[in-house]
Amino acid sequence: MYEGVLADLIDELGQLPGIGPKSAQRIAFYLLQAEEEDVKRLANTLLEVQERVKFCEQCGNVSEEDICRICRDPRRDPSMLCVVEESRDVIAIERTGEYRGRYHVLGGAISPIDGIGPEQLRVRELMQRLSDGAIEEVIIATDPNLEGEATATYLARALNPLGLTVSRLASGLPVGGDLEYADEVTLGRAFAGRRRVD
Amino acid sequence: MPTYRDEGVVLRTQRLGEADRIITFLTREHGRVRAVAKGVRKTGSRFGSRLEPFGRVDVQFYQGRSLDTVTQVETLHAHGPRLATDYARWTSGTAMLEATERLTPVDGEPVLPQYLLLVAALRTLDSQTHDAGLILDAFILRSLAISGWSPSFSDCARCGEAGPHRAFSVAGGGALCSACRLPGSAAPAPQTLMLLGALLSGDWARADDSDQRARREGTSITAALMTWHLERGLRSWPLVERV
Repeated sequence: MYEGVLADLIDELGQLPGIGPKSAQRIAFYLLQAEEEDVKRLANTLLEVQERVKFCEQCGNVSEEDICRICRDPRRDPSMLCVVEESRDVIAIERTGEYRGRYHVLGGAISPIDGIGPEQLRVRELMQRLSDGAIEEVIIATDPNLEGEATATYLARALNPLGLTVSRLASGLPVGGDLEYADEVTLGRAFAGRRRVD
Repeated sequence: MPTYRDEGVVLRTQRLGEADRIITFLTREHGRVRAVAKGVRKTGSRFGSRLEPFGRVDVQFYQGRSLDTVTQVETLHAHGPRLATDYARWTSGTAMLEATERLTPVDGEPVLPQYLLLVAALRTLDSQTHDAGLILDAFILRSLAISGWSPSFSDCARCGEAGPHRAFSVAGGGALCSACRLPGSAAPAPQTLMLLGALLSGDWARADDSDQRARREGTSITAALMTWHLERGLRSWPLVERV
């Protein structure tokens, strides 16, 4: 067994998500053999992230400024708002290049079994953003699992009386796959959300 | 290869690593089982949608040293997608799943009555034939009864004297006669005790006829009984939407 600062490093690395004891040990020995400059740069970056990265005051996305890059961008469509669970979802949607509106990050999905209700998410902030009437369409892009669907149901119920266009991301078959391998729930959703071909 | 097959209901899913999940099932023959489902968080997963909470599935496990692994799943009945479109029913159902997990603390110990109760309760919740809050309260009372903590809502819980009685004590096991009355006993409305008795015995005609006041008081008593026996409340209970 290791002792002292090396054991501490392995313990700390082992606390990270997805890093087991073996991986923690491997990373620790890599750092031990790495150039001093490289290790210092990594340590400084970790500290800087902790100090500089915060959450956008408008949308809740990660940002180094009070207002994030997307919320500051005047070319973005101010009438469209896409509601997502996590900041990682913003990146995934941005990669599509299909959406030019702004975002609202909830900070998770409603999960009663984990004690997370609407009050623990940024739902109140969402309702405040919608109060000035500038946003005309809200796209609910929560995860296509049960908690994401229930969160979408809750949001739709709260948003529909406001007279906005409220939509939910479509669910269906993955592009490039074979129909015979689709599971029954996904295939059922694809049928329910079928569209007219002109 | 040490594999086994069973029928079960998905109680809970927890994220594991990059794309895996730990799934907690209540199975018909093996009781509560916790198993790893690999790659189910990827959108291309073949059985990700089958392993969502509320799903009743036919599942094959590969026995592991600490956790088993899910190798095959077929859906028998997916209650989840319908429940998720009705927020009140979904929150009630979630409390049922959490209660089931808490009342079956030992992995691998068969609890067939609890399994059959859960399957029936989910079917009733999905069919929308009764109020979701009443179904949840009935489920909790009957689950406590299966665990050996059946409360009495009519006859005295201590001496058995025929009821109805006015006094009710959670710690005393239910309704108490004037001779057995414990200090600090509550005095719920007779309609409330009648409603709780109907929920415990499955008298839905009487339960459906109950008024809102009796339902509210009945829910408080159900919560107190559950907290007393489980030693702490359910996390999902305060988030259940009562219509």
